[in-house]
Amino acid sequence: MSQSTSATITPSGSDATQRRQVRTLPLLLPAVILLLLWSILPLLQTILYSFQHYNLMEPPAAYNGGLNYTYLFTDSSTWTAIWNSVVLVAGVLAASIVFGTLIALLLNNDFPGRNIARLMAIAPFFVMSPVAALIWKNLLLDPVSGLAGWLMTLIGLKPIAWFSVYPMLSIVIIYSWRWIPFATLILLTALQSLDTDQLEAARMDGAKGLARLRYIVLPHLGRPISIVVMLESIFMLSAFAVIYTTTNGGPGDATTTLTYMIFIRALNDFSIGSASAAGVFAIVLANILAFFLIRAVSRTLQA
Amino acid sequence: MGGLALGCLGIAAAHATTLTIATVNNPDMLQMQKLSPQFTKETGIKLNWVVLPENTLRQRVTTDIATNSGNFDIVTVGSYEVPIWGKAGWLAPVKNLPANYDAKDLFPTVRKGLSYKGTLYALPFYAESSATYYRKDLFKAAGIAMPAHPTYTEIAKFAAKINDPSKGIYGMCLRGLPGWGENMAFFTTLVNTFGGRWFNMKWQPRIDSPAWKKAANFYVNLEKKYGPPNVTSNGFTENLALFSQGKCGMWIDSTVAAGTLWDPKTSKVANEVGMVSAPVAVTPHGAHWLWAWALAMPKTSRHKAADMKFLEWATSKAYLKLVGNTFGWVQVPPGTRISTYSNPDYIKAAPFASKVKEAILSADPNNPTLKKVPYTGVQFVAIPQFEGIGTEVGQQLAAALAGQKSVDAALAQAQNATARTMKEAGYH
Repeated sequence: MSQSTSATITPSGSDATQRRQVRTLPLLLPAVILLLLWSILPLLQTILYSFQHYNLMEPPAAYNGGLNYTYLFTDSSTWTAIWNSVVLVAGVLAASIVFGTLIALLLNNDFPGRNIARLMAIAPFFVMSPVAALIWKNLLLDPVSGLAGWLMTLIGLKPIAWFSVYPMLSIVIIYSWRWIPFATLILLTALQSLDTDQLEAARMDGAKGLARLRYIVLPHLGRPISIVVMLESIFMLSAFAVIYTTTNGGPGDATTTLTYMIFIRALNDFSIGSASAAGVFAIVLANILAFFLIRAVSRTLQA
Repeated sequence: MGGLALGCLGIAAAHATTLTIATVNNPDMLQMQKLSPQFTKETGIKLNWVVLPENTLRQRVTTDIATNSGNFDIVTVGSYEVPIWGKAGWLAPVKNLPANYDAKDLFPTVRKGLSYKGTLYALPFYAESSATYYRKDLFKAAGIAMPAHPTYTEIAKFAAKINDPSKGIYGMCLRGLPGWGENMAFFTTLVNTFGGRWFNMKWQPRIDSPAWKKAANFYVNLEKKYGPPNVTSNGFTENLALFSQGKCGMWIDSTVAAGTLWDPKTSKVANEVGMVSAPVAVTPHGAHWLWAWALAMPKTSRHKAADMKFLEWATSKAYLKLVGNTFGWVQVPPGTRISTYSNPDYIKAAPFASKVKEAILSADPNNPTLKKVPYTGVQFVAIPQFEGIGTEVGQQLAAALAGQKSVDAALAQAQNATARTMKEAGYH
């Protein structure tokens, strides 16, 4: 080990190290080429389309300068879509962290049937999004035949047409239902790695339950929570299936997120040019966000 | 964005030809699917069905044809698509129809709608106009009579009288599901008859005009007061189910629903349903629509000879007879052939036949509005951009109906979005 590390550090590398560097390239190359093919080429293609007036219904495509971007940034619906994305991501994150922590704390206790309870709590994560959306739409939230409507009539209230009256809230509820288990899973694993000696010591020093939670358990969860924030943000920014299955981005533009807006531009207006422009913009936004998220996470990891 | 990469399905040429057919999940198409083994028996050509809801089908078929993917041999298209796609060269023309097909028997208005510059690009599977359905028993109980040509003012009064949500009866069922082929199909006829139009002669959108506001307020008030809950999720199929289960007092929609509503096997109110013309407000222009669902061959199809065989089979007189004998004459796909309307079996089974014929013959896509317009189409605007525009405006209308925003705000946003799309498309 020491020999090889010292060899790479040495500025004037010996013959042996140079041969070694040459040999790694062919090993790396297939992966690099695949990466280029799978990510860079479509990206370049998208950037190319974003500078064209390209409507599937009216071929051929023609260069139109930055017009697609001008329309994108001067259109109020773009900002509505970004705001909707923010609300969706923030809503699901808040619900995941609060309920995920609570459920994880609950499931970390010893009680009969704990394994089954854990399994049940995590199960929603394994339900595919469209299936989850259909269950919520038709069996739970439907005002006529849904469980929520029935419960409300039982206590004498008028059933609510959830997807028309509270569209974004409904979407946030469904996605939270799917992603709280994910947060629970990660936070529960973290709780299990919490050193019980510390808790014992705190208890002997006279710390009450809430104080132990506040000063020992929650700080310990900081790191896994930042991981949950990062992973869920990445997934939720591209959330699509539930919106498509339930509200179709409506009513109006109440649930049209940036992702859904791109879909509408591409497959409803068939305007590949403006969809690509919005896509490039979304990539830039996502990368800015990812930059800060990854920095935040790596900082907590180093700490 | 990788999803935009073109997918190409290589269908191995086996001994027997297999045709892939894309169609809508409307009742008449589902019958065609059920009867299709008969076609395979007759010709040895196998069929692979892709049956989808209307909105999804449009997306799939349009992207497939526009990107030359060639996944479909036969597609189900409507009066809106055929002239546009015929012009773009996306559909193979329908030529050399045999004499026994009797192309002259097709309704001339329907045939004209499926042609571009005199060339036929699709064969009509069924055609429809729109009409008012109502429940005779409820009208009798309320002591009111439905005139043969009602006005929207009368309709609103009737809806108030027969509305009884505690018994599960809603005075007025209408389409609320957003989509240019869903809520906007009905709503455009409402705008037309209120004297409005989509565009003026300079292609400027007129959604901010008083006629649109009147129509939108009328629609929203009517449905908020007398509509079923969750109207914004009801399209044609949902309303058909509601009416046939006896939940609607009135319903203004496609004439094709009559086949289902008058059939005791599919409708609880078969003995109580009545049908009159679609209501009129200010002008009869464009108060009822004209639409045909048709079968066509994309230019990418590799089995055009076999395609033609199926197109002829599914739109022939013999097919109508097959449906009549299998499912009952009331269920026969309507509106395509003149001979259907002189067939005693059909007239006996379908008391609505003459009303439908009258509506289809009197709908005029070339003269759809009170004021002059640069476009054709009653419940649509025959330009490629309308699919996007119609759906966007439909979403805004649904937002107003759901109470998410005011009618004025919804129409203002619809106007802006439409103006943007038209500018982007280079109209002005």
